[in-house]
Amino acid sequence: MSKKTALYDSHIEQGGRIVEFAGFDMPVTFEGILAEHRRVRSKVGLFDVSHMGEIEVAGDGADEFVEYVVTQKVVKQDDGQIRYTVACNNGGKVLDDLLVYKFSKKRILLVVNAVNTEKIYEHVKELVPEGLEIKNLSDSTAQIAVQGPRSLDLLKSCGISSTVKKDIEELSYYRFISFEHDGSEVILSRTGYTGELGYEIYVKPEMAAGLWKELLEKGRDIGAAPIGLGARDTLRFEPSFCLYGHELDEKTSPLEAGLSWVVKFKKGDYVGREALESERDEGPARKLVGFELGGRGIARQGFEVKQGSRKIGVVTSGTFSPTLEKSLAMAIVSSDIDPENGDFSIDIRGKAVAAGLVELPFYKSRAGD
Amino acid sequence: MVPKDCTFTKEHEWVYVEEGMAVIGISDYASGELGDIVYVELPEPGTNVKQMDPIGTIEAVKTVADIFSPVSGEVTEVNEKVIDSPEVINSDPYGEGWFVKVKMEDPVELDALFSYEEYQEFLGEQEPEDSEENDDEEE
Repeated sequence: MSKKTALYDSHIEQGGRIVEFAGFDMPVTFEGILAEHRRVRSKVGLFDVSHMGEIEVAGDGADEFVEYVVTQKVVKQDDGQIRYTVACNNGGKVLDDLLVYKFSKKRILLVVNAVNTEKIYEHVKELVPEGLEIKNLSDSTAQIAVQGPRSLDLLKSCGISSTVKKDIEELSYYRFISFEHDGSEVILSRTGYTGELGYEIYVKPEMAAGLWKELLEKGRDIGAAPIGLGARDTLRFEPSFCLYGHELDEKTSPLEAGLSWVVKFKKGDYVGREALESERDEGPARKLVGFELGGRGIARQGFEVKQGSRKIGVVTSGTFSPTLEKSLAMAIVSSDIDPENGDFSIDIRGKAVAAGLVELPFYKSRAGD
Repeated sequence: MVPKDCTFTKEHEWVYVEEGMAVIGISDYASGELGDIVYVELPEPGTNVKQMDPIGTIEAVKTVADIFSPVSGEVTEVNEKVIDSPEVINSDPYGEGWFVKVKMEDPVELDALFSYEEYQEFLGEQEPEDSEENDDEEE
């Protein structure tokens, strides 16, 4: 039986088309994927991302422990800073990609994909040493993302920002603040999955519906509207952000997925380190690349990619890019392909459609500007 | 084309007969279900089609669907508008969003299809799968 977030009733009221996703009933679209996508790129959109998982690590040595679980450096991370990273298994393959919110060296929040919440929670519990507490806060945490060029304006007009307006104005990319509002802790970070200026707000579920309603009302004049999972996917695709289950899975290493920048070796031991070191030294067997399709049709996950008659890999994600107005695809292919030779094609339901290699990201993220 | 004057297939295509020619498109129910349509593949003029053969595909952002021909005959015209601007299928599925014209082999084939009223009834039967009433029946 699917779970519902605190905003489900509002989604129904707003005409959201509901689908099941990672065990939750979520809206896939409201006014249409293309319109929602364009709204976020030009104005502001509101996302219910309460399905995401939140796992807290607390106690002495929390930072050292988290540094053992993920590939990124955590001990040297600032308080109030967020780092994007992956957590690998012993084979150096990705268990999840996640955000590490460092409150202090004794309190760290991991924000994980909905589909992996249980898996990562169990994984962390198994590894945790004495003296550290691991809590799965997912059911008691709602999350709303406000994304788009007008997102800061909208946030500043809402009651929740009343005591922290200046802090929000000055918030740097991948930093967060936490403060009290109406008796409970609110976390507000300058993060997002769209490639636009944006923020993510974590509140108690009881507060979520009221906050969402206010964002919708105050946002009406600036053009804010609810955005579904369909546009969430096209929005992350354009700046080539990874989606677990597509670019990342337990058969793929972060080095293959273009994430070597989150895999650090100038730190102590961590799960998967040895395997990742070998892979780095030998060179990864595969790599993530981008394609622009010559013909009509959308490349979908799993479609075969060829160079000449040689199968070189598969599509991990593909769509019609609303911003660039082209059919584009991300694919994981053999590292030894000849980029100069061209002659790439993607098999779309039995038809070989010509494809040209293009640099990733397709769209340069403006989130940090 | 006015929906009330059309005949419909189980696969949500409509057909309207104009001077012996069948004009074919998809219903607003179908275009609504599909969402934003970004590409359409249609047969060339001169292609011979048989009733309920798949004759093309519609690519929406989230899904792909086959187009089935409501009638047998020869494709005489293809609507370039839907090829260049597929979004017109979403905005005007019974008008500018038509796909092809087919010179019908046998108009009797239309008898096997739904009238507008029968199609509405057919859609009514489909609703329970999407409605929330079902939630009560699940564990």
